[in-house]
Amino acid sequence: MPDTDAAAVAEKIRVLVAKPGLDGHDRGAKIVARALRDAGMEVIYTGIRQTPDMIAEAALQEDVHVIALSVLSGAHLELFPRIVDACRERGITPQNTLFLGGGIIPPDDAAMLQGVGFSAVFGPGAHTGDIAAYVREHVPALDRS
Amino acid sequence: MSGRLDELQARLLDGDRRALSRVLSWVENGDARGREMLRRLYPRSGRARIIGLTGSPGAGKSTVTNEFAKVCRARGLSVGIVAVDPSSPYTQGAILGDRVRMAELHADRGVFIRSLASRGALGGLSAATQDVVHVLDAYGKDVVLIETVGAGQDEVEIASTAQTTVLVNTPNMGDDVQTLKAGIMEIADVLAVNKADLPGVDRMVSALKALLSLAPDRDWQPPITPLVATKSEGVEQLVDACEAHHAHLVETGRLADAESARARQQIVALARGRVLANLLNEIGEERLSQLSTAVASRSTDPHSAAEAWVGGE
Repeated sequence: MPDTDAAAVAEKIRVLVAKPGLDGHDRGAKIVARALRDAGMEVIYTGIRQTPDMIAEAALQEDVHVIALSVLSGAHLELFPRIVDACRERGITPQNTLFLGGGIIPPDDAAMLQGVGFSAVFGPGAHTGDIAAYVREHVPALDRS
Repeated sequence: MSGRLDELQARLLDGDRRALSRVLSWVENGDARGREMLRRLYPRSGRARIIGLTGSPGAGKSTVTNEFAKVCRARGLSVGIVAVDPSSPYTQGAILGDRVRMAELHADRGVFIRSLASRGALGGLSAATQDVVHVLDAYGKDVVLIETVGAGQDEVEIASTAQTTVLVNTPNMGDDVQTLKAGIMEIADVLAVNKADLPGVDRMVSALKALLSLAPDRDWQPPITPLVATKSEGVEQLVDACEAHHAHLVETGRLADAESARARQQIVALARGRVLANLLNEIGEERLSQLSTAVASRSTDPHSAAEAWVGGE
């Protein structure tokens, strides 16, 4: 048995990083995953070509605080709301989980995504440090009861 | 609080995946609610088949685990998967990537996958792994597969956690001296040789056979099962080999002995953690850092410092 004291382990921030849809450009998702790892978080990386159900199911099984999605194909308005719906069916809502979007997402689209429950959208040029800081700042406000 | 826990317990035992997921987090985090739920659920555990899969990074553990789960599902068994990946020794962050190879299991409600970070434990698992397995067992999973951190030569914790340990080898892992070494080669109940479509598989199999022929008389000879997990070849035989090992444990009465040994190890590990936490509370972090400074500057030695901290025998 490992002799780490389980009682002393504090709650870690757990983040699901996933790429829905068909584009295979996962460099950005991997960089964000790596940056959040280096910020001390536990990042569940699911890889490319994930369906909304796959993402929602992984979020459920992994009990994550954050769902971070990356799309570079322009299909974000199609995919992101469906993922929020698939999550809601499983009791995962913007009240208890932070939804973050990333990719080539115009400002008007970002505003629409915020309307369906996305807390923030990070586009090209976003600093990974800012993403980690955003997560750290907003996770404590989630209703995890 | 107890009303909320009653409700959660009822939901969990009714098969609610979200309730299970939340309880697993509490258990993993050493939350008091996790300990209470474990106390309630533990009597219901002890029915699942616990199978560990270990091997070096890149040997194909996740792919083999995925295929193993598919065969179990085809045989009508529900499956829990606990997949452990390493935490950073510097930032305590982690990338848990085992799900990438298990994507096809997502739609099957009979499979529940939980990724764990090792969180500083060194044996290839995390400190909470056993408790997570207990909860999945109590939840009603017929089979719990534990995939370890990519293991080198000495990460043998899995042998005392699983009932059957599968060591996933690949061809071309080095010369036959590697198979002679103590440690991980000794804990395998089943020797899988994955990527058996690569050259060198015959040499690997004969090196393993040679190793086994030299083994001290044991009443269980670990079977060697070549497989190509990416093509789903040889997986049925691997599952059969694990079944045969389990039957052997039951026949020889070893299963009950091993369960007591596992319990003993977990009690000792938990007690050790508590004693250490109490020591830190009572004697204090400040005293420990004074002593560390004294040892670093050579004004005392580590043994004397430990004695000064907790007292001699």
